[in-house]
Amino acid sequence: MNFDMAIFHQTFFEEAADLLADLEGQLLRLEETPNDTEVLNTIFRCAHSIKGGSATFGFTDIAHFTHGLETLLDMLRNGKAHVDGTLIQILLESQDQLKALLAVARGEQGNAPDSSQLEARIQAAIAAASAPNRPQADANRQADNHPAQEETSETALSVRAWRLRLVPGPDTLRQGADPALLLSQLASECNTLKVQCDTSHLPSLAEMDAETCYLAWDAEFETELDAEQILDIFEFIADESEIVLTEQPKASLPQAARETPAKREADFVAPAEDHEAELAEPIAGPAPRMAPADPAAASAAKAETHTLRVSTDKVDKLINLVGELVINQSMLNEVVQDFTMAKLPRLIEAVAEMERASRELQERVMAVRMLPIKHAFGRFPRLVRDLASAGGKRIELKTTGEETELDKTVIEAVADPLTHLVRNSADHGLETPEARRKAGKPEVGTIALNAFHEGGNIVIEISDDGRGLDRDRIYAKALERGLLSESDPVPSDEALYNYIFHPGFSTAAKVTDLSGRGVGMDIVRQAVQALGGSISLSSTPGLGTRFRIRLPLTMAILEGLSLSVGGEVYILPLTSIVESIRPKTGDVRLIAGQMEVAQVRGEILPILRLYQVFGAEPILTDPTQALLVIVENDGRKVALLVDELIGQSQVVIKSLETNYRKVDAIAGATILGDGRVALIVDVPGLVRGILSGSNSFSLAA
Amino acid sequence: MTKTALIVDDSSSMRQMVSFTLRNAGFTVIEGSNGQEALDKLKSVPGGKVDLIITDLNMPVMDGLTFIRSARALATQRFTPILMLTTESQEDRKAEGKAAGATGWIVKPFHPEQLLKVIQKVLPS
Repeated sequence: MNFDMAIFHQTFFEEAADLLADLEGQLLRLEETPNDTEVLNTIFRCAHSIKGGSATFGFTDIAHFTHGLETLLDMLRNGKAHVDGTLIQILLESQDQLKALLAVARGEQGNAPDSSQLEARIQAAIAAASAPNRPQADANRQADNHPAQEETSETALSVRAWRLRLVPGPDTLRQGADPALLLSQLASECNTLKVQCDTSHLPSLAEMDAETCYLAWDAEFETELDAEQILDIFEFIADESEIVLTEQPKASLPQAARETPAKREADFVAPAEDHEAELAEPIAGPAPRMAPADPAAASAAKAETHTLRVSTDKVDKLINLVGELVINQSMLNEVVQDFTMAKLPRLIEAVAEMERASRELQERVMAVRMLPIKHAFGRFPRLVRDLASAGGKRIELKTTGEETELDKTVIEAVADPLTHLVRNSADHGLETPEARRKAGKPEVGTIALNAFHEGGNIVIEISDDGRGLDRDRIYAKALERGLLSESDPVPSDEALYNYIFHPGFSTAAKVTDLSGRGVGMDIVRQAVQALGGSISLSSTPGLGTRFRIRLPLTMAILEGLSLSVGGEVYILPLTSIVESIRPKTGDVRLIAGQMEVAQVRGEILPILRLYQVFGAEPILTDPTQALLVIVENDGRKVALLVDELIGQSQVVIKSLETNYRKVDAIAGATILGDGRVALIVDVPGLVRGILSGSNSFSLAA
Repeated sequence: MTKTALIVDDSSSMRQMVSFTLRNAGFTVIEGSNGQEALDKLKSVPGGKVDLIITDLNMPVMDGLTFIRSARALATQRFTPILMLTTESQEDRKAEGKAAGATGWIVKPFHPEQLLKVIQKVLPS
């Protein structure tokens, strides 16, 4: 059988990434509870699994590095070494190193940082914890084994004759072992073999226990195997069996073959402890040599990295549903054949059933892409720890709702904005312990991450109990940047806080090396909006700041309101719609001679005539005849003038960019039930457009 | 008749490799990611027994030794060959495994061919 281990690499990489994430989490826990054996065991198991996998699949550098780490962890687990700050640091750095080594193995990164210094520290920690005589003893043992191995390899290829006496222990069968199988295996390695079964210990039938082994065997054979290889065959039963192997002088063999040293005639009596230790080596030997991570294989693996691990539970449900659909289809077939009106109720029933099954199928298929958000949260404990120690702060991270599921692509895309917000909180939001003490707050600041479902959305909140946003400084900055003028009415706190989302708007008095990375809040907002989401914030001076990110569960399906403008159908995302109204004559006015506004429950909202935006031939132009759909983005409302509303439906989003090109004010397209194409309106884009001063939003021009 | 093997390992890549090897060798394979899960599957396996068990030792929920003891205690699995996977080549692990009821072991890392060779020692082909 020919195996290409590379086919297992992808699984190994994913598994190793998971294990490393686990390892990190557990190491951080270990820092808090240094003596928790459960934590220590889990940590050991993570390292152990990484070592086993990397050795098996040919990543020798990873296996080698993990070996030292595992030894140290084993000592921790057995209480021979103790957890302290230095050790935690070494372990965390080792975890980083493993991550880097894995990235290299995946072909994502050229060169891993050199492991040798870290390995030296690990070895030093091991040495410090070891009793002084231990390494010495190991070295002696190795020295002992060495010559024996040389000797055997020297004589390995000559055919020699042997006699073997095998008396298996009485419990051999109860161990699931079968001595006869071992003898057959021996036979397959021999030139000649003569076996005689010794039944002399068989008791009388009345006294016989069918599960006990009473038999013994005597074998005479000629083989190229050396003594060790012969005993190797019987290693599983060596402990409880009596095995005597004797080399026989063999007259018929040519002289050359008989030149084996006379001392070889000494009996090899098992059990012999040192055999097994040595036997481990030949087995362990070949694997690391095979399949070195060659770049071609690694890049091939990388090309197919877009895999998704799905619980079998979800797949089983899918299979059930497909089964239902198949039954459903045959029902329909049967009804439609020789259809008469009498069958109409059954047809309606069957179609309704099919609709239910296909909707459920859609939901379940989408669920396949859903992952718990802890995949995005997982990186934060370590980040917060590093930020806290770099900033001289004490920070506790609390996460809730980690099991909340959302689309894999959304999780991947939201991780960076979240990281930025957490950095911000740790760096700017939370105060130093002294400052907190002076303010009468606990010295340990808290950053809380919370995820939950709300309607068809997922909400992620990032909050801290720090100093809150500096209203005055934001106001000053807004004036300085010309976003506001002194003559404007003083904006509400909420409106003012939203200025931090403007490009280049930073109120940090000094840019630190932690958060001053040139990624502003505007980038965060853009990233969230690109996902079809929105971000808002609230802040109380002295008590903290809370960011709230609202995201659609998936980017593939949209809950939309279809409406018609000039005979064409457009889709508005349901999440952005506030209400739809038909204004009375007095409610619509022109201000400043050109901007059309509607007064809705006391609010003045700009009116955007969608037919103008899209260059359509209008059917209705009088707002009091047509409809106004009020949409909201980032707290800003705009009234869209449309001909009529058609209805609410789920639409599958097709990207315009990948199929055509980016079109302003359009977020994508979809195909309607009747086969027509409808465009999905980019509400955030429209609202931004009309409010950014370019209020003559006439794309038609 | 095809033989059924039960693979127990918390590492999915290791399970995948062992399963792949055994399926190629004509086995029907059942997988468990820890001792408890494997034990549950073992109790509900069609036909009441498997022909071969290969188990890791270090696993969450229920470790390999406990699993070996529990499996060996089942009436249907009294004589089933049980191989343990171990990276720890220390004698005490093997002895503990044997005491728990294991038939043999294979030391990780191993190549699929080595695995098949070890299986030949405990299971008639």
